[in-house]
Amino acid sequence: MTDQTASLASFTGEDAQKKLRKRHRAERRFRAYGVAAILFALAFLVFLFGSIFSQGWSAFLQTSIKLPVTFSQDVINPSGNPDAEDEIFRANYVKLAREALYKELGVDADNRKERRAANDLLSRGVDVQLRDMVLRDPSIIGTTEDVWLLASDNADALLKGSIDRETPSDRRAVSDQQISWIDQLVDKGEMKKRFNTGLFLNGASSSPETAGLGVALIGSFFMMLTVVLLAVPLGVCAALYLEEYAPKGKISDTIEVNINNLAAVPSIVFGLLGLAVFINFFGLPRSASLVGGLVLTLMTLPTIIITTRAAIRSVPPSIREAALGVGASKMQLIGHHVLPLSLPGIMTGTIIGLVQALGETAPLLMIGMVAFVVEYPTTPLDPATGLPVQIYMWASSAERGFVERTAGATMVLLAFLIVMNSLAVYLRNKFERKW
Amino acid sequence: MEAKVEDRPATTVEKQGEPMATGDAAPAALDELKMKATDVNLWYGEKQALFDVNLDIFGQSVTALIGPSGCGKSTFLRCLNRMNDVIDICKVEGDIRLDGEDIYAPDVDPVQLRARVGMVFQKPNPFPKSIYENVAYAPRLHGLCANKAQMDEVVESSLIKAGLWEEVKDRLDEPGTGLSGGQQQRLCIARAISVNPEVLLMDEPCSALDPIATATIETLIDELKKDLCIVIVTHSMQQAARVSQRTAFFHLGKLVEVDDTSAIFTNPSDQRTQDYVTGRFG
Repeated sequence: MTDQTASLASFTGEDAQKKLRKRHRAERRFRAYGVAAILFALAFLVFLFGSIFSQGWSAFLQTSIKLPVTFSQDVINPSGNPDAEDEIFRANYVKLAREALYKELGVDADNRKERRAANDLLSRGVDVQLRDMVLRDPSIIGTTEDVWLLASDNADALLKGSIDRETPSDRRAVSDQQISWIDQLVDKGEMKKRFNTGLFLNGASSSPETAGLGVALIGSFFMMLTVVLLAVPLGVCAALYLEEYAPKGKISDTIEVNINNLAAVPSIVFGLLGLAVFINFFGLPRSASLVGGLVLTLMTLPTIIITTRAAIRSVPPSIREAALGVGASKMQLIGHHVLPLSLPGIMTGTIIGLVQALGETAPLLMIGMVAFVVEYPTTPLDPATGLPVQIYMWASSAERGFVERTAGATMVLLAFLIVMNSLAVYLRNKFERKW
Repeated sequence: MEAKVEDRPATTVEKQGEPMATGDAAPAALDELKMKATDVNLWYGEKQALFDVNLDIFGQSVTALIGPSGCGKSTFLRCLNRMNDVIDICKVEGDIRLDGEDIYAPDVDPVQLRARVGMVFQKPNPFPKSIYENVAYAPRLHGLCANKAQMDEVVESSLIKAGLWEEVKDRLDEPGTGLSGGQQQRLCIARAISVNPEVLLMDEPCSALDPIATATIETLIDELKKDLCIVIVTHSMQQAARVSQRTAFFHLGKLVEVDDTSAIFTNPSDQRTQDYVTGRFG
């Protein structure tokens, strides 16, 4: 009895109060560590996004100059034969653009230095721009039309403020005269920043203002398609067999361990494998998005198998018993219950695998997808690049325009990843079943 | 071939080698031997879970399996429709016959067997589908219904037999998982009887239910036994006493005693049975 009173006293006494306070303090500290860790991670995230966005948003705008271009018959099609495609194709379109610019700025056509300074305001890509217009609609030959022509990288940089006007003119990429022309054009509203569709449509280019993600987007699309078509059926079938049919034992344990190991193999190793197997052994073309897709399939398979197995395992045993209890065969059990119930998990795993594959760079470097591809690939066997590879290539270029494009392309890639991840979360929540 | 077995004790003549009973036979008469287990031994890996179990199960009656937790009664129940086959490490020896046919014979398909020997589980486990689909699943699986009208009929009659029709007839397309626990369990019973099984195994069907739902299920069991042979595992001695005609007491993997329910509860011949039914252990 006395013992009991004594022990009760120890819960209320001064000592106990002290102990209690200490415990509460420890509890608060413990929570504070967690909050601090989250804040730390958030700060980095904000910093990362902040730096990418502040550098990259300007890539979505591109400076153009509105000029009344005369599509002179003499320059484009001197022979007068509208079927002379070669002639039209090789015509000196740059001349057309330049003449329009000289007229607009009142440049003395005999002053070579002045002419050259004016030429530098226009992008080298204007010839393609004008040529495409003529090829699309030959009837414009002989007419004069207002055309928004791409400005050069330097002019663009000046408008975006990345070239400082205060810099002494001998150390500035844009001369005083060019600045006055630009100001003149801007005042007239004939030179301004417009939405940069070329960023999404153009292929590779050595001048940043005409470089775009078009080829990379198509390449990435082909690769994702290959991965979905190959990795999903293979992965789901493998997972189903391992989960539902494979006898548990040494062999299945070994397979399980090795699949988990495969998921952790550095991606560049898969690139080497792809190089050795698909290109050297099977003789598939280099730089082809099919090969990229195959390599990424190998890389994604373990992820899909692991998540699918987890999804299958999470189907409640009671549902299995119910189905078996009314006389469903194994295949019916899988087809009617296991697969539909684990579908959200499988989809989530697939999307996460795809996201992983979409952002993968190293294996693509090994199979030659780091290439200068101007033309759109029309089949998965054509040379192509991928989004992350394009970022990698632009990041190693020095021009100002490429710096902002690197960040801009990163934003595009991040946007894809975020959309896909949100889709995964959405699908999981939508199809998740409660029992 | 409907060789009736007149004497109840375990000395029943075995109907070895007889062909399988045809499906259209009249409901098995009371006291007809429906299933017979002889010298059943079962191992989970190295561990033996059942020792030489001999049990006769009669048609149109309820046989209750009672015993303390882990005594092997559920394991034995699951031998009767080969649900234990699903467990890799499980090994069954001995002889279990349904209408004289060895259900562990190599030419018996467990999938078909389970259509003849239905099962209701401890936790209500309706499929996450509509009420209608839950009941229609098994007939569709075995291709028993030629058309939609016939299927509607089967669903309705199964739900009526399970005593659920009045409660759900207006919402057959709602998910079965949205019903209350007792209704879910009756839905599971409807699902199990939708293919007209000959035997219905119930593994503690009321242990997850409240007393009112339990009473409903017990009434239902009373009704069902008119056409069916029912084997029920239960932890509740009162339930065994209320619903069953025969009771088997399992202990440590052995069948200690089997007799008429009244005899088991009033005048058991084994001391362990007496101790258990009087609540001295278990």
